[in-house]
Order: sequence, then C-alpha cells, then structure tokens
Amino acid sequence: MYAIDHIDCGTPASASEKLVTIEIDGHAIAVPEGTSVMRAAALAGTSIPKLCATDSLKAFGSCRLCLVEIEGRRGYPASCTTLVADGMKIRTDSDKLSQLRRGVMELYVSEHPLDCDGCPADGHCELQNMAKLHGVTDNVFSADGRCSERITHESKARVKALMTDDSNPYFSFDPSLCIACSRCVRACDETQGTLALTISGRGLASQVSASAGESFISSECVSCGACVEACPTAALSEKSIAALAKPAERSVTTTCAYCGVGCSLKAEVVDGKVSRMVPNRAGHANQGHACVKGRFAYGYATHPDRIRAPMIRAKITDPWREVSWDEAISHAASEFKRIQAKYGRGAVGGITSSRCTNEEVYLVQKLIRAAFGNNNVDTCARVCHSPTGFGLKQTLGESAGTQTFLSVMKSDVVIVMGANPTDGHPVFASHLKRALRAGTKLIIIDPREIQLTRTPHIEASYHLQLRPGTNVAVITALAHVVVTEGLVREDYVASRCEKDAFDKWRAWVSDPRHSPEATEAVTGVPAATLRGAARLYASAANGAIYYGLGVTEHSQGSTTVMGIANLAMATGNIGREGVGVNPLRGQNNVQGSCDMGSFPHEFPGYRHVSDDSVRHLFESAWGVELSDEPGLRIPNMFEAALDGSFKGMYIQGEDLAQSDPNTHHVVAALSALECLVVQDIFLCETAKFAHVLLPGSSFLEKDGTFTNAERRISPVRKVMEPLAGLADWEVTQKLANALGYPMNYAHPSEIMDEIARLTPTFHGVTYEKLDQLGSIQWPCNADAPEGTPTMHIGSFVRGKGKFFVTEYVATPERVNARFPLLLTTGRVLTQYNVGAQTRRTQNNVWHSEDTVEIHPHDAEVRGIGDGDWIGITSRAGETVLRAQVTDRVQPGVIYTTFHFPESGANVVTTDNSDWATNCPEYKVTAVQVVKVEKPLDWQVRFRQNRESRLPTRRDVTFETA
Amino acid sequence: MQIRGRSAFVTGGGNGIGRAIALALAAEGAAVAVADLDAAAAAKVAAEIAGEGGRALACQVEVANEESLREAASKAWEHFGSIGILVNNAGVLPPARPLLATSDEDWRWVFDVNVRGMLHAIRFFAPRFVEGGEPCWIVNTGSEHSLGVPHLGAGLYTASKHAVLGLSDVLRRELPASVGVSVLCPGMVASSLWRSTERRPEALGGSRPGHEGVGAAMERFGMPAAVVAAAVVRGIQEETFLVVTHPHAVEYAESRWQEVAAAFAAQGFEVVRTGSRGLFWLEPLVEVDTPSGRFGYGPVGAADVGGLVAAGIGAAGSHPLAIGLVEDHPYLKSQQRLTFKRIGIVDPASLQDYLDHGGYAGLRNALAMSGAEVVQAVTDSGLRGRGGAAFPTGIKWKTVLDQPVEQKYVTCNADEGDSGTFADRLIMEGDPFTLIEGMTIAGVAVGATQGYIYCRVEYPESIAALRTAIAAARAGGYLGDSVCGSGKPFELDVRVAAGAYVCGEETSMLQSIEGKRGEVRVRPPLPAIEGLFGKPTIVNNVMSLASVPVILDKGAAHYRDFGMGRSRGTIALQLAGNLKRGGLVERAFGVTLREVLYDYGGGSASGRPIKAVQVGGPLGAYLPESQFDTPLDYEAFAAIGALVGHGGIVAFDDTADMASLARYAFEFCAYESCGKCTPCRIGSTRGANVIDNLLAGRQPERQKELLGELCETMLHGSLCGLGGMTPFPVQSAMKHFPEDFAPRSRH
Repeated sequence: MYAIDHIDCGTPASASEKLVTIEIDGHAIAVPEGTSVMRAAALAGTSIPKLCATDSLKAFGSCRLCLVEIEGRRGYPASCTTLVADGMKIRTDSDKLSQLRRGVMELYVSEHPLDCDGCPADGHCELQNMAKLHGVTDNVFSADGRCSERITHESKARVKALMTDDSNPYFSFDPSLCIACSRCVRACDETQGTLALTISGRGLASQVSASAGESFISSECVSCGACVEACPTAALSEKSIAALAKPAERSVTTTCAYCGVGCSLKAEVVDGKVSRMVPNRAGHANQGHACVKGRFAYGYATHPDRIRAPMIRAKITDPWREVSWDEAISHAASEFKRIQAKYGRGAVGGITSSRCTNEEVYLVQKLIRAAFGNNNVDTCARVCHSPTGFGLKQTLGESAGTQTFLSVMKSDVVIVMGANPTDGHPVFASHLKRALRAGTKLIIIDPREIQLTRTPHIEASYHLQLRPGTNVAVITALAHVVVTEGLVREDYVASRCEKDAFDKWRAWVSDPRHSPEATEAVTGVPAATLRGAARLYASAANGAIYYGLGVTEHSQGSTTVMGIANLAMATGNIGREGVGVNPLRGQNNVQGSCDMGSFPHEFPGYRHVSDDSVRHLFESAWGVELSDEPGLRIPNMFEAALDGSFKGMYIQGEDLAQSDPNTHHVVAALSALECLVVQDIFLCETAKFAHVLLPGSSFLEKDGTFTNAERRISPVRKVMEPLAGLADWEVTQKLANALGYPMNYAHPSEIMDEIARLTPTFHGVTYEKLDQLGSIQWPCNADAPEGTPTMHIGSFVRGKGKFFVTEYVATPERVNARFPLLLTTGRVLTQYNVGAQTRRTQNNVWHSEDTVEIHPHDAEVRGIGDGDWIGITSRAGETVLRAQVTDRVQPGVIYTTFHFPESGANVVTTDNSDWATNCPEYKVTAVQVVKVEKPLDWQVRFRQNRESRLPTRRDVTFETA
Repeated sequence: MQIRGRSAFVTGGGNGIGRAIALALAAEGAAVAVADLDAAAAAKVAAEIAGEGGRALACQVEVANEESLREAASKAWEHFGSIGILVNNAGVLPPARPLLATSDEDWRWVFDVNVRGMLHAIRFFAPRFVEGGEPCWIVNTGSEHSLGVPHLGAGLYTASKHAVLGLSDVLRRELPASVGVSVLCPGMVASSLWRSTERRPEALGGSRPGHEGVGAAMERFGMPAAVVAAAVVRGIQEETFLVVTHPHAVEYAESRWQEVAAAFAAQGFEVVRTGSRGLFWLEPLVEVDTPSGRFGYGPVGAADVGGLVAAGIGAAGSHPLAIGLVEDHPYLKSQQRLTFKRIGIVDPASLQDYLDHGGYAGLRNALAMSGAEVVQAVTDSGLRGRGGAAFPTGIKWKTVLDQPVEQKYVTCNADEGDSGTFADRLIMEGDPFTLIEGMTIAGVAVGATQGYIYCRVEYPESIAALRTAIAAARAGGYLGDSVCGSGKPFELDVRVAAGAYVCGEETSMLQSIEGKRGEVRVRPPLPAIEGLFGKPTIVNNVMSLASVPVILDKGAAHYRDFGMGRSRGTIALQLAGNLKRGGLVERAFGVTLREVLYDYGGGSASGRPIKAVQVGGPLGAYLPESQFDTPLDYEAFAAIGALVGHGGIVAFDDTADMASLARYAFEFCAYESCGKCTPCRIGSTRGANVIDNLLAGRQPERQKELLGELCETMLHGSLCGLGGMTPFPVQSAMKHFPEDFAPRSRH
C-alpha cells in the first residue's frame, strides 16, 4: 500500500522531450512521447480505473480494468500498455466500458470478498475503491448463496491462518487477500532487483511465491519492503499497521537516518507515533525505494533503552544520577571552564556526529570554535571518508562525489571498488542493478566476492580480487594500461588538466614496474584480468567509479582516492552524466558533517582556519576571536589525553569506544579524561567513560537537514516530540549559553540561514526552497539556484584537474609466520554501523552475531569447521568469533563485520592510519586464528546482557516494533 | 516369487484385465479362482483355463459385500487347499463428471467396490498369508490416475485409485516380508470397464448404459489387456511394488511396428520406416515398391506378414489387407498435398532421401535471391499463419527484415497443444527437413542467424526426429556458418516446452524460450520488433514454415493458385473425434466441412448422426449440421463466428452433451490459463460455476444473463486468445443447442 498522500499516475513518467498532443474525452493535452494513455489521462485529471498498474512499475496489462476506447482502433485496449500517439482520440468512459469493468470487478470480488472490517487496508485498499466505484458489493456468482466454492466463515479463518506467511518480522503475506496482480513480483524485480518473488501455479491457482515456494524469511527476500509498498490490498502489509488497526492521521516527509543514500521517507503517524515508514516516490535519491533498515528498522527510536533524562556522576566508577537539564548543562559547563582554567584553552575539544543534522553539527563546531575558543573539533568522518575529502580536494578541487545516484543509469561501465552496495547502500545498489540488467558492464575491485559479483541477471565482467592493502598498486596498474595502450583521452586531458603534473604522472606511470605483470605478485590480480578491466573501463563512452570504505580505510587511503581521480581524468570520465568519482558515504550525514566544518583545520565549506579572510568572516558573524591554528584530530586527542594535556570532551552522537580502532588504546584515553560529556540516544560504549550523559534525540524528533553522498541536502522533519524534551541542537545551544557564549536560535531554519550566509556553496539554500524542490544538491548559489546535480562540467572546481603521482607504499601491517592471515572488515545489509540502532530492532532476526568468513583451505589446515568458535589474535589484541567457512574470501584473507560490541573487531585492529588524514586502517590487520572452545569472558557478558532483551534468529518472537 | 504350483484368487476375473491376469497366471502354472460379479463370465474364463489344461474355479462374488467375498474366498481356499496370490482387480468406472457434480451415491458405489472391496479380500487373505509363512503376493489394481495423471471429469475415479495406492503402500509396510504387495497402474486398457454402470446397485443409482463413445475409445486406443497382464505376472515374479504399464503405449505401438518390420526383414525384405501418410485407420500401413508404384496393405500385424508374403506381396488384390496403389487411394488421390507431399514417402532421418525427393530446391532458389525478394515471394504466395491467427506471413517477415538490428531470430512454434491436432507432429516426425528448410529460408531472408524450434515435451519422438535431422542438415552444410556455401550463417536448435498450453501463444513462448515463466506479454511491441531476448523475431507455426520451401521451389504463383478468396494455398485438416476414418487431409482452401466429414471422415465412427463439430481446437466454435456446408476459408468461418485455426476437426455424435462441452471449454481455459489477466484467470472458473448453477436449476435465467456478461468480459477483456476465445465454444453451443442447457436433476 503506497503512502496515504500519494496520487498514482499508473505508469512511470516518460523521459522523452518530444510532446505529442492527444484528446482525452474531448479535451486536448500534450504529453511526452512514450507516455501511456493511462498516465496522460491522469495528467489531464482523469483517473482511469486500475489495479495492476502503479507509477513505480512498468505497465503490465493484467487487471483489464483500465480498458478504453480509441477512435479507429478495434476492441478495448488497456490504457496502461497503450502509448499515446499524435492525434489519438481516447474515450475513457462509455456504457460498454462500464459494463466490462464491472464484469472484471465482479470476478475480483468473487475471489476476494469484501470483508473489509478490521482489514489493515480498509479505507486505503485499491480493490475496495474499485469495487465501490463500479457498484460491486457482492459475489454475483454465488447463486442462492450456494456458490460452488463457498466455504464457511470459520473454515475461511482457519485457512487464512494456515496460509498466512508471518515469517518476516515486519510484514505478513495473506494469500487470501491477494489478487495476483504481480505488483509485488514486479517490484521485487524492477525496483529492488532481487527477483525473490514469482507467481507459481496457473489459472486461479496462480499464487505469489517467495523463491521456490519458501517462506519469506527463508527465501532470497531482503525485506526491502518494495513488495509491501506495491501491494494494492492488504495481502502484503506491515505488521505494525495490522497491530494498530487504525488509519494513519498524517504523513510526514523526512529523510532516512541510516546510510549515505539518504532516502526520502514518509512517516505515517497514529496516536503521535510512527505507524509505518513508506518510501517517497518523489524522493530524488531513492525514487520510491528503501531498504530493510530505513523502511522497517525505526523501532529503536522508542526502544526502552533510550536515555530519557540527563545524568551525571563524579567518577566513571560511580553510579549515574538522574538530574534536570539545567543541572546537567551547568555541571558540564563548569567542568569545561574548570579544566580550561587549569590546563589551558586547548585542553578540551569535541566530536560532531555524522548522524545528527547539518544544523546540529554546525552548532557543535561553532560551540567548540567560539565557546571553547580552539579548533579541537573532529568528526567520525575521520574514521571513514576523510581521505575522500582530502584526495578529491587535491585533484578535482571539491571534497565530494561528482554525480547524482541516478547518473549510473547512463553509465556504460561501472567500477565498484572497496564497496558492497547491496549491503552498505542497498537503494543505490538497486539503481545500479537496474543499469546492469539493462546492459551496463561491471568491474569489481574487492578482496572478497560481493553479491554483485554474480546475482540474478547480473555478472561482473571482471572481479579484481586483490590482496587487502594493495589498492594503490592496482589503481596505478590500471592507469599504466590506459597510458601505455594509448587509451588516454588526450583532448580531454589537454584542455582540462594541468599539463606539467600530467606529463610528470604519465612518465611515472608508464614505468614497467607499474605494469600489471609487475604488480601481479603483490596484488594477486592476474595481469590479463587487470588489462581486460582497464581496457573495458577506458574504452567506455561513460565510465563511472563508485567506491567505499575499502578504498579509504587504509594507510594509503588518500593515495588511492587520488589514484582513482587520476584514472577518471585520464579517461575523460568526469564532468557529465554517467561518469564520475563517487564515494559511497557510510553514514546518513557524513557528507554534511564534513561540509559543516567538523575538521580541526577547516571552517564550514572546507576553508582553512589559517585563511584570514574566511576567519574574519566568521569572527565578525560570531562576534568572537577565532584561532588560526588547526586543532587536534581524534587520534591526537587520544594521544594528548594519555599524555595529560587534554582533559575534557563533548561527544555528540558518536561511539568512539566501539567504532574506533585499537579499542584498548581508546579506552585508556577516554579513561584519562576529567570530564567527558556524551550526548547520545543510548547508553553507548563511550558513555561508560562519561561523566555527563545528555539524552540525544533521534531523527524522528527534530527538524533539520541531512546531506547524502550525492551532496543532496534533504529535509528532516519532526514526527514526534523529543523523548527527553529537547532536540540535540537545543542542548548544544544551552551548553553554549552556559559556557557564556550566547546562542539564540528559535528554529533550525535560522541555523541554516546562518550557514547559507557564511558558506558560498550553500548561499542559495533555504528551508522554503527545500520544501519547494524536495531536496537540493550543493553547490547552490547564484550560479546554480536549484543546486548542482553534476559537478565539474566544463572545468574542474580547482580550475585545472591535477594529476598526482601515487607511489605504492605497502602498509607496515605485514603477514608473517606469527600473523599469517589478513583480516578485513565490512558490513551486512540488516545491521548498521556499530549496531546501536539496528540491534535494537527485529533486524537481529537476520544477523544476530558477527561471524568470521574464512576460506575452506585456511579453515581446513586449522581444523576449523563452520560454526566453530575461533580466536583471532593480532598485534593489538584478541577476540573470539564464530567461523563461517566460505570461498567468498580468498585464501589468506578473513573477513568480519563489527555490528555487535562483543565482537571486538576493533580490539584487533591496529592504530595504523592514512598518512594524510589519519583515517584508521580498519581493512588490513595481520592475524592468526585458532579454534577455541568459547568466547572470551567479556564477550559472554555482553552477549548475555543483550540476549536477555533482544530477539535472535534462533529465538524469534515476532513483536511489532 | 514363483507362480508355478501356487493358487490365485482373482476378483473381477471374468472380463478385461482380470480375465487376462487369470489366463496369464494359469499359463504360468497357477491354479486360479476366477471371481466375478458376473457368474457367467467367470465360468467362461474358468472353462477357458480348463480348456488349456489348467486348474480353475469360477465363483460369483460381490466384493463390496464382505459376506459375499468371504463366502467365495473360503470356497476357493477349500477348493485349492490354500491360496498364495490375491489379485484385487474388481473395479468400476463411474460416468465422467466434474467433481462438484458427482453424487454421494456414486461416491459410495465407487469406493465400496474399488477400495472397500479390496479391503474385504485383504482382510480375508492377508492374515492367512501371514500365518502360512510362505511367500505370498497381493496385487491391487490401481490406475495411472493413482499416480496423479489428471483427468478432468474423472475426479471420483481418481480419488478411489489414489486410495488404492495409499492403501497398498501402507499395507506393504505393515505386512511381514513374506507377503508382497504390487499396485498395478495401467493407462487406458481395451476392456469392458466402461460398462460398469450397467451393474450399479439399485440403492446407489441403479443400472445405466455405459457410454459407448468411451467404450469405442477404449477398444480402439486401449492397450490389450494381455500386455498388462504380462506385466503383472512379471511384477509378481520380480517382486516389484509399482507395476506401471503406461506410458508404454508409445513403446507398445513401437513394438508392434518392430514386430512387423522384423517379420518382413526375416522374409528378406528391406524395411524403411517412413512418417505417417495420415491414413490412420490403415496403420501400420505397409507400402511395397513395385514398378507401377507403391502398393499398400493395412493395417498389418506381425501375424499377417507370412500370409502377405505367401500371397505374393505387391500383386494387386491378392490379399484382404491390400488397398491397391497407395497414391490411387481415394482418400489421398483427391487431396492436394503441397506441404505434405513427401510425408509417408521419405525416410525422415535421411537427408539424401529428402534431396532425392526435391528437398532444398526452395533454399537454393532463396539463396540466389535477395532477402527482400524472398520476403516478397512469401507475401505474394498469400501464405497466412497456419497456427490459427492467419496473419500474412510475408508481412511479418518484412517487419523483421526492415529492423536495422544485427541480431535477429527465427522461432518455430511447435507447441501443438490443441485437442485433435497433429499436423505439426506429422511433419516433424515424417518430414523434418521441410521444416528445417523453411526456417533456414526465413533466416537467410531476414538476416536471422539463429532459429529455435519450440517443441512440446509431449512429443519426444518429434524432438528426437528434429535433432537427428538438424544434425544431418548441419553435417551436409545446410546449417552452420555458411549455409550451402553462401557465406550466410544459420543455426538451429530445439527447445523443449514444459507442458503449458499458453506457451503456444507467441509471447508466452518467447518468455519460455528465454527461460522465464510462460506468461503472456503485452503487445506492442510486436515480436517482429522486440521478440526473443528483445530482438526482432519471426514467430511462425510449423505448418507456415513448412509451407515455405514449396513456395520458393515452385514459385509464389503456384502456391497462390490454390485456395479461395483471401485464403490461399492449402490447409492441413486433421480429422479426429467420432469419425470413421481419422487422418490428415491437405486440401486447397474452399473444401466444405461436409465434404471433409463425410467424403474423408466417412461419417461418425459410432454410426450415429454427427451432431456438432469443433473446428480449430478447443477454443473453436461448435458448428451444427446446418453449417456443415461452410467452405474452409478464414473469412467464411469468421463470418459464422467460427475459426479455421490450426485445422483440427473434432466430430461429436448425437449423444454429445453440449452443456458439458461448453463447461469443458471453461474448464480447459481454467486449467491452462497463465493466470496473468483477470478475465481468463478468474472468469474461466466462474464460467464453469455458472454452468453448474444453470444445470442445477439455481436461478437459471440469472445464470444465463451472467454467462452472457461473463463471455463479453472474457471476449473483450482478455489479454490473449486463450481467455478471449473461450466464449466461442460456449456461446456457439448455447446458440445452436439451447435444449442441452435446460436445468436437469442432479445425478
């Protein structure tokens, strides 16, 4: 069932620019060529009856309700599958049409009786509406109440209960309400691209079936909910609305708070609470799609674990004490003032959150710069995409991706490097899969086999299965092939790039030591495969590169990003649709938090703190003197804390203790602080070291904006009141005021106005414009009043593109006899980041613990079987996880995720980091693994604590979130 | 186990399978108690056994009555001292009726005999078998229905036979190893089972005459009971649980041919197996090459061979089976065989034979022409799609030719699923090179490099014949990278369909070849523009493509000169149903239905008046006698709301119940519907419901009104011809035979 406020035009819009004029019921209308008669009528204000058509799916023509009459044509063509033609004269209504449509509805109702009372779709059911419209109330085929297929009410209820598939925690499938319109099947194919659903059986026995007659939970279904959204009845419906049995009061359009895709969602509200989330079909990033996290896993927002009152304590060994907001704030402020007085102005700092809004991030960095009076601000982007910001700024001139997501539809060849979109960025993966099914070629660069390598109707042309840590060597070898085989787009390079830098790079990269044959020994990628991939990418009319943390989280993350930019520039693949360099950002607002000046050396808009004119601009706007010295990065803060010069921290919405590498080191640093203020929605790992705990507000509880990986600023709108009474921006404001620096914003829109005033790339952004356009891609200013979907058109932001020599320097993290395997890390679809949100939802049904993937060979020589506990030891620490023996990983490489605190993946990771940005090297850790009897004691405690509250796959109680 | 020296108790032993088993067991040296409801029949079989020197006892028994059974069984036990083999064969076949129309009485009757009757005998014998400790055997007669072969209208019988299988399966596990159990699962057997309604007890509905049509079919098409009995004897000897005698029907037919061929070979003749001439009542038809032409004998059995040879084979009129020169047979002589000219004459596996009979002359001509010229020739010939839609073939080809796309395909729809049609099969098995040549011409003409023949899985012999011929054509250079050295590539493969009628609809067929669910695609785009894998594709029926070689060989004008009006050339008419002489008739368009039915078909097989004829498959209209003078012509048939379709002609005599046939049309549609569009998916089932209500007298006027509305909805609303044409047989039956639709009492 689509959103309660959606008007459905029946078939998707045509992209054609050519208009044709037709006549509908005597009224002329001009519509784009390729538009269906049904859509044309809808645009003309005439709603033609329909059941199998919906504007997110291709026309199917099965319900036969939308028949029309067309002058000069025989019979009664279906308006959904008939395209407009110039001069076409269409009648949408006549006695004959009414008769035929009623005939069809009588057939539907003979199968699906109108027992609407108590049905979750009552009042919003398309079948019910159509029956009403055609005056069909009863089963006309039941003569004297003796229809030959009549079954009693009781037996029907029994059959229904037996047949209903309740296996998915979020939605159920009741075949007795199914009208076999195939919308769910088509949504799974076209929208999601998983192809998990089919129609089995023939004739009246045709039935929706998941995979080969399995339950939804055991099938290939990824629970994206596209089928549920597409269902015209309640056959597929959210358990949450069935439980409420009440129609939604209103719908609030907001933006998902999970990954960097930034899906637009409509939160429907019953009794002041979210009754369900529906993807917004007008959403620019998601185009009406969503995933199992955004669509269903919002229950954490009202989870009992939410912190609902501020708390303080003198020592971290003391119990927490609930206090008033005022007491907590004034305590925190006085502590910071005390520390600064005692240890100096630079002894405090703070961390902004990539999960909070732009406005909140802006306020935190403003508080640190203006109220703390130093630049000790950093953000979690430090640990994910800081190399992207650095590398792209150096080469192209802007710290952001170059395209919109939909641009991928125009790509001929796509490189996916160090990213696993089907799990990390599922909605983008669906766009990508659509392009791939339509013929776009795919090259995967990843140590591990990801789902895109081979999935229904999709197979990567090349999979460069490199050794972890050798990205730079692979990227340079690709460039070597391009340069030495004459595949450089000379005209593009000559007109758009710096000549000297290019010449230097060309000479360097041509050296035979960068050839695939030479690098093969290091990278493990066969030379012929690498050459094939290079030729495919370089010879594509439009070649695009999408990459993720597998590129950035290395000691040479920045080098790889620059190598990617080199490759794209050399092949002329920047500056139009279908091409580009596109970081897949991990968190919802990691782009925004970087944009908003979260780095110790940069003001909002990536302007250096030493730049006098910029600093003067902020000084005059903020009314204080600002430091021109870059502040401390996160790792520096830890070091300083350990050496005693850094004593106080304000951390908003970031769990450093779980997400940052080398946990032992982090814990030691946090424990050394005299005042740690943590603002979070849960009692996270970091909060265990805090002295003041300020309740955070979830994305449902405030207004603001998020900026996704395509630089798209999207509105976040308050759906419910903050559980603890204050939104995060209000808390920061209170803290600033308590510190003596006045902030008096009445609404986040005023914060955005200030950001826009002070940041050239945001000059044109206002809440009014966001409401009007839905979303805006920055830069948005006088030059681009409606934003900038594609960057670097015509010329690069920095003027000429600059090539950098990207020498491969192997990570110091080497395998040896003691640590013979390389551990690399990633994500699964159903859990998000450190799991704080998703672990508090039914998503645990799919993934209730992190496991270690190990190649059968490595497992066999160690006597490890599937499901065995294995101890993983690195130079930094040890942990124990369950083994999953699979050839998705190559021999010599093991892989795990870090969604559960007890997994301790970061106990093992080292403190190696990117040479330019200090982004930690999460992706390469030399380890040894051995079979062990049980997890470590601290892991067991974690697990017990959690399992007492949350369901697992083995113990599923399908409560409604 | 060993049979010799043991005694057997065979229920239903007086007739059919039971009789054959009794005789076979006796022949193996068993003493047999022949038990039957019909005492006289039992006595006759016992006498037969005794006549052969065996030991037999006749008993009258009513298996449904446990007392009666015990009495007969005790008598037999005492008579022979003991019994070691029980054959539970007695069974009844109720009249064909949709499940919802079956009566409670019939259920009791059928289960009393077919299931409880069996149990009564088992209760008597099994404990004694166990007690004796010696190896013993129980054979229960099930049916192919036990194995889930769906037969519409046979729900009750099927249910009882499922029960037999279930009962037997459990029994064999419950009994000790010394007592074996077999279930006999035969298909249709030549027997008098169809007469069982004559012996239905008064209390359960009383006697009713058996359906003679069913009887005739069983006699003609059923496997001989002796063949089944031999399998049962083997089953006991080899101790197998399931004794399945069908689908060996094909093997059985094959074995008959082998026997005839072997008999001739033993006499020193060279035997070549050809395809069928289409004179079915004369098959196996033996043709002898003589200086004056081929001289025919038929139908020939292995036993006849000695006599034929002795009578001087080839000498006209010297044997009762002689039919004279085959070409002069009136059934053939009056035909105009263009497409079927080589059928029954050439060895279908021999490329040389094909070439010797003028094969590939059309392709040679085509290769000397431009693609556009070939397409023009096909257009000029007036050839229209023989699959049923009658769309001009040349125009379809031209559309494909005009697509500026590199990859194109030619597909052949050989999913011949209409009841009463077999022309495609005859071509594929009798002259496969003609089809291959036609597709090759199509390919080189429009620039397609790959062809697929989509053949139904139920035609394994066709698939094998095509594959053999394709391999031969490839080896001969007629397929491959350079067809006949022309430099033009064309490859051909067979794709096996999965048994869905709707896959005969062209877009569903394309879906199926692509490996997807066989489901109708919306047109446009036409397959000629976006067909297989989204590329321009010719989709033609076997007959259309097989007609192409003669057009390219003899010229468009030659072909066009046959026929009438806009229906040019010839049509392959397939005579089936209640006709004396079923077979294939290729005639120029214009021949009347009456000529076909009487001059060729020889009137009804039953000798009763022909009441109705369905032309063009299960979705064709039923034509009454008053329309028999309609000429076979697309337009003339369309004018009376009927179809020529694929040329299948099924005749019914005056015992046909047109309401049941109308209901069957809905049922067929319901069974075969792909389930995509609502009118077909739901409407087909509701149509059957409405007819049930109508016949049951529930608001009959309202039901007629509903039926009319439903037919309109299906006619105008369906996505493809399956749902869209189902109203044709229904409405024609109602229009021409309204009396059959009167409410009737339930039976």
